[in-house]
Amino acid sequence: MSQVFPKSANAWSKASVLAIVFVLLSVGWMVLTIQRSDYVTTANQFIEQPVQFSHQHHSGGIGIDCRYCHTSVEVSPSAGIPPTKTCINCHSQIWATSPYLEPVRASFRDDKPLKWVKVHDLPDFVYFNHGIHVTKGVGCETCHGRVDKMPLMIQKVSLQMEWCLDCHRDPSRYVRPRDQVTTMGYQPAMAQAELGPRLVKEYKIAGLEHMTSCSVCHR
Amino acid sequence: MTNKPATRGPAVTFALLAAATLLFAGCRQDMHDAPRYEAYEASTSFADGRASRTAPVGTVARGWLRDDEALYTGKVAGQTVEQFPFAITHADLQRGQQRFNIYCTPCHGQLGDGNGMVVQRGLRQAASYHQDRLRQEKVGYFYDVITNGFGAMQGYAEQVPVRDRWLIVAYLRALQLSQHAPVSDVPADRRAELDAAPAATERH
Repeated sequence: MSQVFPKSANAWSKASVLAIVFVLLSVGWMVLTIQRSDYVTTANQFIEQPVQFSHQHHSGGIGIDCRYCHTSVEVSPSAGIPPTKTCINCHSQIWATSPYLEPVRASFRDDKPLKWVKVHDLPDFVYFNHGIHVTKGVGCETCHGRVDKMPLMIQKVSLQMEWCLDCHRDPSRYVRPRDQVTTMGYQPAMAQAELGPRLVKEYKIAGLEHMTSCSVCHR
Repeated sequence: MTNKPATRGPAVTFALLAAATLLFAGCRQDMHDAPRYEAYEASTSFADGRASRTAPVGTVARGWLRDDEALYTGKVAGQTVEQFPFAITHADLQRGQQRFNIYCTPCHGQLGDGNGMVVQRGLRQAASYHQDRLRQEKVGYFYDVITNGFGAMQGYAEQVPVRDRWLIVAYLRALQLSQHAPVSDVPADRRAELDAAPAATERH
């Protein structure tokens, strides 16, 4: 009986061992890449809203401070979605007959909330508080990006745990003076490597052990 | 050699299971979206669809009794108060300035002359604080206007807490003073700065 496998099969069988390793690594890489993709994190995706509100116009164009509408951002877990009344402050007169804003007027007239779609939605097993971040010098822009350049609101970051930890491991790379928190396009007045550690100390931002402890966010 | 397939069986099963676990990890969202309401979430339990409830009319939450008339309304027995209900410190003035810049400048402008950006874009001309009528007004008047609105201006009670409203009034007074002061109030050695070109202002 002749040989079932030709002699070259020896080489093939050795190569296949490598191939298996390669395939396994590739599958692993693929899974991790998909897991981090915008498709899974919903980053950089435009979301249809009841009114296509432009932050670019209101924040960038007119220069309204973030806190004019997001009134509870300094003191509460939620930054605060403005009631329709806040829109009406100006739009009782400006664009007051525009069909584009009819949903806003209808909401105010009938006392029915506009059903805004949440863009930044953290999993429910994560505790997040805007107040502590803002009062410790984390700028709006640091997490939300250049909102003043967004005609439609999009999530600019992954909001995944590795992203949170990146800052929690060393916040000195990101913190800014408190009075610059809502500034868009902020440039530190001195080198961040010098300013950051100073602010971390001044604002009494907790150390690595506390900031990366599981129960800080999963409580 | 005959027993080889038997040992390979569990290994293959294990590999498949591991791959499946990796592939389908994260598919379940039960814990991502727990059966509880987040702030502003919609609810089917109430006719108006809101999970965040407002207090029934006529009720007062514990700790929210507003029995200090001067503090909460700017009036005592219908008369506008002339004095701030608490002492104003320098830090208070600074916070007042910050709050003013957030909530008032869109219409009244940083100078308080009533030419804010929203006015430039078509809202009815906002009042300038630098007119005699408003220079004469008592502090309680401004508090009342911030709280309840005036003319085309809507009330800001929902957006600005009580204490901040008073601090804004305090800053408003400082602003009035700054625009209605004789040159003799400026220290002699710094008067030259008045004629110097204004430095480029930083936008916040």
